[in-house]
Amino acid sequence: MIPVCRLEDLPEGESVRVETTPPVGVFHTEDGELYAIDDTCTHQDASLSEGWLEGCLIECPLHAASFDLRTGRPTCLPARRAVRTHRVTVDDGIIHVHLAAEEGSAA
Amino acid sequence: MRTVTIVGASLSGLYAARELRAQGFEGRLVIVGDEAHRPYDRPPLSKDFLTGRTDETQLALTDPEETADLQAEWLLGIRARGLDPRTRTVLLDDGRAVPTDGLVIATGASARRLPGDHLTGIHTLRTLDDARALREELTRGPRRVVVIGAGFIGAETASSCAALGHRVTVIEAAPLPLLPQLGPEMAAVCAELHRRGGVELITGTGVAALRGTGAVMAVTGALGEGAVTGVAGACGAAGAMTGVAGACGAAGAVTGVAGALGAGAVTGVAEPYGEGVVTGVAGSHGWGAVTGAAGPPGSSAVAGSAGPRGSGTVTGVALTDGRTLPADIVIIGIGATPNTGWLTGSTLALHDGVLCDDGCVTSLPQVVAVGDVARVGGSRAEHWTSATEQPRVAVANLLAGRTVETVCSVPYFWSDQYGARIQFAGRRQDGDTVRIVEGDATAPDGGGFLALYEREGCTTAVLAVDRPRPFLRVRRELARGVGNVRAPSQSS
Repeated sequence: MIPVCRLEDLPEGESVRVETTPPVGVFHTEDGELYAIDDTCTHQDASLSEGWLEGCLIECPLHAASFDLRTGRPTCLPARRAVRTHRVTVDDGIIHVHLAAEEGSAA
Repeated sequence: MRTVTIVGASLSGLYAARELRAQGFEGRLVIVGDEAHRPYDRPPLSKDFLTGRTDETQLALTDPEETADLQAEWLLGIRARGLDPRTRTVLLDDGRAVPTDGLVIATGASARRLPGDHLTGIHTLRTLDDARALREELTRGPRRVVVIGAGFIGAETASSCAALGHRVTVIEAAPLPLLPQLGPEMAAVCAELHRRGGVELITGTGVAALRGTGAVMAVTGALGEGAVTGVAGACGAAGAMTGVAGACGAAGAVTGVAGALGAGAVTGVAEPYGEGVVTGVAGSHGWGAVTGAAGPPGSSAVAGSAGPRGSGTVTGVALTDGRTLPADIVIIGIGATPNTGWLTGSTLALHDGVLCDDGCVTSLPQVVAVGDVARVGGSRAEHWTSATEQPRVAVANLLAGRTVETVCSVPYFWSDQYGARIQFAGRRQDGDTVRIVEGDATAPDGGGFLALYEREGCTTAVLAVDRPRPFLRVRRELARGVGNVRAPSQSS
């Protein structure tokens, strides 16, 4: 379980990169949902947390591959492989990411 | 339409195949590729592949599952050598002929060459095989590397070589690298990246000769004109190459080509497809200067005639200012020429690419062209994004039998150099003003910035160095046709 930041420091529509290995992107959607996925686009080296967040989709800033934050699956080319998803909780106002590998359930 | 043939099995060819199936084409699909490899992604070749961070399996654009789903006949390692529009047949180098109802031309472009570049140690970087050969040579300990051309391939390759610990010098004929693409202010910023990366950048100087053991190949002063390192379709580059080819005549049978290239348009037509391509068709169809240029290349142009391979090893690069730079490895990154040689005599209009309307449709409604080889609506782009965007429209028009859709995207390219990610989108023109709206372009330690190009109060283009998020927002606004892009706040 990795503390990310205070919930109030990640406004809706924003995202943040956590420097784990591999890095994880945490997203706060306009609808108020929190999601975490592996931050690196599976197509080519680019940080998804620097991408374009729209609904539950994140568009890669380099080549416009798009991923569904809920499943990690790409919704369009050029990405073809899914990114891992991770569980997110908020405890005492702090966002935490539970890495999928730690829980033994690679998504 | 029962059979569609795609000639070219790289990025745009694969995307065309996907689109054909996605748009409901259920007939026979033939994909012809001159490389033996399945479709692979080229951008990493000069970057992560060269430095060993990416291996070949990661370059693949398809997997076996998708390949099976496409239900295509793959003819790989085979060149197309002609198109007979009368019988609607694609002619292959191995003698076969593929009758086809529809044709997608996706033959891409080939690296421009220099006379004398057959010497051992001299490389171009366009294909996986090119990259394999260079990568192998770069693993043999520290080398003196000279990169000719500071465009994207040149700069990225120089960056990778420097990262591998080699001593690197880049030669650029123009006063600044990327001048046509970025304009003087931002080109100056990119020039600084080389120096920051520990690479010597020599600008405003041409290459006079490639020197090697047992051979000296004069290039003359032709490279002195800045255009040689330019990207797509710079006719100035073609003109400059004429001089090069002329000089090369001394080394072989290229003299005739030199004259033909004077047209400036079809430079290198002969190179990609080698001898035999234009057999029997030279001059038989009138496309003005184009046909005139295409006739002579039967002699296979610069590379093949400059001398047998392995006749010497490169030792240095002589510059037009009199200096000679010693070199163990020379990488030539002076642009690419569209692979149209095989279409000579086909009645298709060729002029620095296959001429198409705004919907990628050629002068024959059952033939479309996509990617680097396509001159769409008057301009040719050698950008990854164009190669992925055009096939959807081209296939829709091919299946409709006429132009029902046009390509209307905002040009976009990116480059990774010296740890910096450069992204550019839009249509810059000379005279546009540049405004830094985020970060500091002159900061000695970098840190990134966002620049807007403006003309008469409208944003024409955007350049970012290490600012992907605000860049993406401006790029989207440009795509939506928002003329007056809101400047991102300084705080973001």
